[in-house]
Amino acid sequence: MSVLERQVNNGVNVQALLDARKALSDAPEAAKFQWRASCKWINGTHSHSTIRNFFGLGGEQKHRTEFSFDADHPEIFASEDKGPTPVEYVLVGLTSCLTAGIAAVAQNRGIQLRSVTATIEGSMDMQGILGIDQDVRNGFDGIKVKYQIDADATPNEIKALVAQSQKRSAVFDIITNPTSVSVEVN
Amino acid sequence: MRQDPVRTIDSVIVGAGHAGLAMSRCLSGRSIEHVILERGEVANSWKRERWESLRLLTPNWQSRLPGYCYEGDDPDGYRAVPELIEILDRYARAISAPLRIRTTVTAVRRADNGYVVKTDQGEWRCRTIVIATGACNIAAVPSWANAVPSTVQTLTPMQYRSPQQIEPGGVLVVGASATGIQLAVEIHRSGRPVTLCVGEHIRAPRTYRGKDTQWWMDVTGLFDQRYDQVEDIARARRLPSMQLVGTPERLTLDLNALSATGIRLVGRLAGIRGSTAQFSGSLRNQCALADLKMGRLLDTFDLWARDHGLESQVEAPVRLPPTVVEQSPRLELNLASGEIKTIVWATGYRPDYSWLQVPVLDHKGQIRHDGGVAEAPGMYVLGLQFLRRRKSAFIDGAADDANDLSEHLLHYLKHRRTILNQMPLSEKCRRLPIFAEERNAQ
Repeated sequence: MSVLERQVNNGVNVQALLDARKALSDAPEAAKFQWRASCKWINGTHSHSTIRNFFGLGGEQKHRTEFSFDADHPEIFASEDKGPTPVEYVLVGLTSCLTAGIAAVAQNRGIQLRSVTATIEGSMDMQGILGIDQDVRNGFDGIKVKYQIDADATPNEIKALVAQSQKRSAVFDIITNPTSVSVEVN
Repeated sequence: MRQDPVRTIDSVIVGAGHAGLAMSRCLSGRSIEHVILERGEVANSWKRERWESLRLLTPNWQSRLPGYCYEGDDPDGYRAVPELIEILDRYARAISAPLRIRTTVTAVRRADNGYVVKTDQGEWRCRTIVIATGACNIAAVPSWANAVPSTVQTLTPMQYRSPQQIEPGGVLVVGASATGIQLAVEIHRSGRPVTLCVGEHIRAPRTYRGKDTQWWMDVTGLFDQRYDQVEDIARARRLPSMQLVGTPERLTLDLNALSATGIRLVGRLAGIRGSTAQFSGSLRNQCALADLKMGRLLDTFDLWARDHGLESQVEAPVRLPPTVVEQSPRLELNLASGEIKTIVWATGYRPDYSWLQVPVLDHKGQIRHDGGVAEAPGMYVLGLQFLRRRKSAFIDGAADDANDLSEHLLHYLKHRRTILNQMPLSEKCRRLPIFAEERNAQ
């Protein structure tokens, strides 16, 4: 059944996405994007990051407004807790990416969503970052995401939405696969 | 040095595999003068580039060629490679294929009224050319494969013959489609413990409701689905092969079956950093995707059986258990530790068009074509994944495609211009008086 017949509206302009996909497969150069953020140390473990510009479609682009983010550590680490920890931003990145993907895939498949909620847990052994045990990694030793989805679809169709969203998610890819990182000092 | 004469002909077919032979038969049927240029012998890749134990993953009945269909007493069996080679050899003789074997095409260039085909046995000029060299000329290996430590032996499925050729010790098989799972299980059984890297894959039972999955694909019309009927043909053409193997026991060789033999599953090989192989954390989702996709495929079969009143003639529907993934699949493996002695790259194949000096390749090195009609006048391609139909890359898919494209080619020769890609679907090729012994055996 087509999207139109079912009058599905998840607030996603799938046609625009499909048009963009077509346009970018014809012009691969325009598909090269660069995402940016700046970060400024405030005090202790507290830092302030801002996001405004990015590059894509062959030129400089801008968000409608500047977004800003404070990151810090909680008081149990003798910090002032002026913001979430950086690793919590990673969790936010993953669930918001997967959730956006679920909406887009649902729209494309003609599935009306009524509610989508997720909880995410990243487990970590602090012996890693504190340098207590060399065999323990710094990062998460596992991430668990749980979705509650109410939609006009069978349980398997809903599972397929979530699976497809992972398959197409940038953050899922960033977390599950290695990425080369270079950090320079001027 | 002797100067070979330049010969002129209506059509040149490059490659004498099943696709080239099917095309030859269809061109002969339309009285189009042609020649097949073959670098080696008939069925050359099957003779030289396959491992010893290989059986086709398609049942015997599913090898119909123009004028030929299987009439032996084991239609549901899976033939070994020597038998396939024999069939293709006999087919070539039966259709009197105008073969030039041991003739390697070194260059194809555009000429005034067609193409110049240079070979190591002289030159041909032709108005039309059919590229039937197949999709599997080169084993595709990841770009960072050269980061593997030199202490680890690496080989591709084209170099692999049998487990005896690899040294004792652990083996990392990269890729879990048909080739990867088949090699993994054979190597593991030889006493060399296998770790299998699993990326995107297509899970399928060997038989479903008592019938071969290939039978269901055929009878439901899925294999006949046309390239202009699917929503995303680029994606359909990239799909990996189904996880199938042809064994006398008709075994299903899915990841659960592999795990049960002791093969260890890890995620897609995502990279090698230093001497450490890194596996993707996406294994669970790759398996979930494959399980769900298989569920949808079996639903399609069930629906078809119901709608065609077949319920009573096939076994009751069943569903396979979900793929089991261990709690924390391994994410890293030190290739310098000696745990892995050999890596087998079952990471797919790609065609070799290095000799094709016509601007018809896209940025990925694939021929731009519309259902086999290349974007170069008078040029055709055959035997690629979902070329015109879902079955196009199978032996059984060549007949309909060759029939369509030979019809197009005939019109092209008559009208000397590119015509719209519209042609009638198959006039069924008449059966040739060949393979009489198989018919008599019945």
